[in-house]
Amino acid sequence: MNEPNELEQFRSTTAQWIEQHYPQQLRSSPGAEGQDPRQLKSHEQDWLTRLAERGFLAPSWPREYGGAGLSSEQVRILNQELRSALVRSPPISAGLSLLGPVLLEHGTAEQKARHLPRIAHNTVSWCQGYSEPGSGSDLASLSTRAELVGDEFVVNGQKIWTSHADSADWMFCLVRTDRDASKHEGISFLLIDMTTPGISVAPIRLISGPSAFCQTFFDDVRVPKDNIMGQLGQGWTLAKQLLQHERQALGSIGRGDARRALTLPELAIQEMGLNTQQQLDDPTIRDRVAQCELDSLALRLTMSRSADEARAGRGSPHIASMFKLYGSELTNRRHELMISIRGADGIGWEGEGFTPAALRTTRQWLRAKGNSIEGGSNEIQRNVIAKRVLDLPE
Amino acid sequence: MALVLSEEQQLLKNSAREFVKANFPVDQVRQLRDGGDPLCYCRELWQQMAALGWAGIIFPEEYGGLGLGYAELGVVLEELGRALAAQPFLSTVLLAGNTLLLGGSEAQKQRWLPGICAGESTLALAFQESGRFSPWQVETRAEVVADGFCISGEKRFVLGACGADQLLVLARTSGASGEKEGLSLFLMAPDTPGLETTPQRLLDSRNAAVLNFDKATVPASQLLGELGKAAEILDIVFDCASAGLNAELLGTLSEAFERTLDYLKTRQQFGALIGSFQALKHRAADMFCECELAASLTLEALRALDERRDDMPLMVSAAKARTADVANLIGRESVQMFGGIGMTDEEDIGLYMKRARVAEITLGDSSYHRERFASLSGF
Repeated sequence: MNEPNELEQFRSTTAQWIEQHYPQQLRSSPGAEGQDPRQLKSHEQDWLTRLAERGFLAPSWPREYGGAGLSSEQVRILNQELRSALVRSPPISAGLSLLGPVLLEHGTAEQKARHLPRIAHNTVSWCQGYSEPGSGSDLASLSTRAELVGDEFVVNGQKIWTSHADSADWMFCLVRTDRDASKHEGISFLLIDMTTPGISVAPIRLISGPSAFCQTFFDDVRVPKDNIMGQLGQGWTLAKQLLQHERQALGSIGRGDARRALTLPELAIQEMGLNTQQQLDDPTIRDRVAQCELDSLALRLTMSRSADEARAGRGSPHIASMFKLYGSELTNRRHELMISIRGADGIGWEGEGFTPAALRTTRQWLRAKGNSIEGGSNEIQRNVIAKRVLDLPE
Repeated sequence: MALVLSEEQQLLKNSAREFVKANFPVDQVRQLRDGGDPLCYCRELWQQMAALGWAGIIFPEEYGGLGLGYAELGVVLEELGRALAAQPFLSTVLLAGNTLLLGGSEAQKQRWLPGICAGESTLALAFQESGRFSPWQVETRAEVVADGFCISGEKRFVLGACGADQLLVLARTSGASGEKEGLSLFLMAPDTPGLETTPQRLLDSRNAAVLNFDKATVPASQLLGELGKAAEILDIVFDCASAGLNAELLGTLSEAFERTLDYLKTRQQFGALIGSFQALKHRAADMFCECELAASLTLEALRALDERRDDMPLMVSAAKARTADVANLIGRESVQMFGGIGMTDEEDIGLYMKRARVAEITLGDSSYHRERFASLSGF
């Protein structure tokens, strides 16, 4: 591949930087057990800090906002180098991958200067206030209301599935500011400081056990008028843009982390062994593993093709729905298969008698059920594809 | 290199699309089917395409080719696939031509490749004997005789055999059926005594035949490549051919999907366009995703061939497995969504399903290639 000199230069300095700064302690072999999780956590934190200092958590953002000011070509190279060095990918952060891009485009100068650097430096964390108990797939029917009283909005209502709300510093939140307007036009987009009096948070326990999800309650919460992003009543437009970023982020989850766990074939070989022809000893499982591996390959290639097309100015922005749909279904299938491979070792709930890896398989299988529901259920994604990409009639 | 077409490839795609549109109405499939010509394709159009250079896209310039790559050939094949154009690309270029290019002596290449590129000669590769693609299951034997080789056995599904100017015959010179060692290739004239050709009528109305060899003899000079080592050549030939066939199949299934979408947007029932029904919308969305995945793998396999990458066989099998499955899905769903009219011979969609089914089976179906993908992946 021929790259212009500057890009080649960028590639080599980036690779060097990763080599110098990626903590030794995180360079374990795939599936390695027995490291103290707290220590790992602190090394991961170090790594995040180093990435942040370099602007690499938000590589495409301008430097003045804490990014690295990289071109899309440079971002692609950075990602390639991070992947080929097998570093742990930073967790998906609501601030970085969801709010940031929309804030960059629609925030006031003041909002950008205040919030973006803190997101890029990973010093302020955000949560997403979208769904409500009565508004899931039909998000636009939301009823948390914000009334303008003097210089403040007074917010009352309830949000659900607000990930990390119990630890987040801020929330971006959809509220109804006009009850007389049509359901899409009465919504506004507010930035809310989570320390404001009147906010309370309760964690949600899932079928897979404890989770990052919370319910958040608003009781006469006073939010300064200037904390609105975009115009009054234009929140839905921003909300939809942000959802596209979310779909992209969720679709990429299935690609997994090369360092963290055994690959599917490795797990299958470990659990069932190879026969004399060097084939997995169970032909049915072998076929299912092959199908999953093949589909992952196809999805990866399609994502990179779509990125190529986007760079060439082609393709639909709604293609993210396809990645969310197919990625989450594939993740589900992989976890189903991992349970099948482990057999009775895949049905442990907790405690001694099961390896930590086996218990993780069970919990991940349960948690993956949510992948095809969260961020717009897969049925909603199919609706989006039918309408926006295929142009099928309403 | 990006997984999108370069400017030159886009130009080639446009001219292929125009040529196909002007010359290959889908109804031609019915005419060829009902016309009784065993050739099952239009020779004049083949020669016109050869004049445009398309028969020689992948062959070096010294043999009259364009010296381009599989990405370029794929572009043309995809367009032909969209119109169900029956032309001897698979038989003459991808199978027989490639076998000559990769395994033939200089004299053999000089004898046949320029004719292929010019559209003057068509050839066929006779390898398959049983229903399922299993390339080393060869029982046809070639015995060494005084002045050459004497061949006996039967080949089936020999694509492009009717009217071919020369045949390439795979026969066993040693070993037992199923072994890769001991297979050899021979050039044979179609009028060789002891060779009987019986046309086979396939689902897609294309040219195929059963070849019966009863002590058909060829001179020793007609051996192609090393004695007993044909599998080494054919391994690569089958990958090249599968990658090309995949590109054609991608065109076929994409067109079938687009025609189905159009139907969903025009057909009315219960006072509404049927495309507004969620039961159909969701299936259309799934079909769209599947088509996109098949397209990515197909393009990547062609690219792996052009870049001579080590993972080429793995990519080709991944692409063939996935595209075959998607073709099957699109075939089933499109006829179902067209409803009653989809069952009639008058509507084109059934022709798409038929051709897709043949291409799906040819050179190995999805189980064959998924199995190979698993082996090549090391599990």
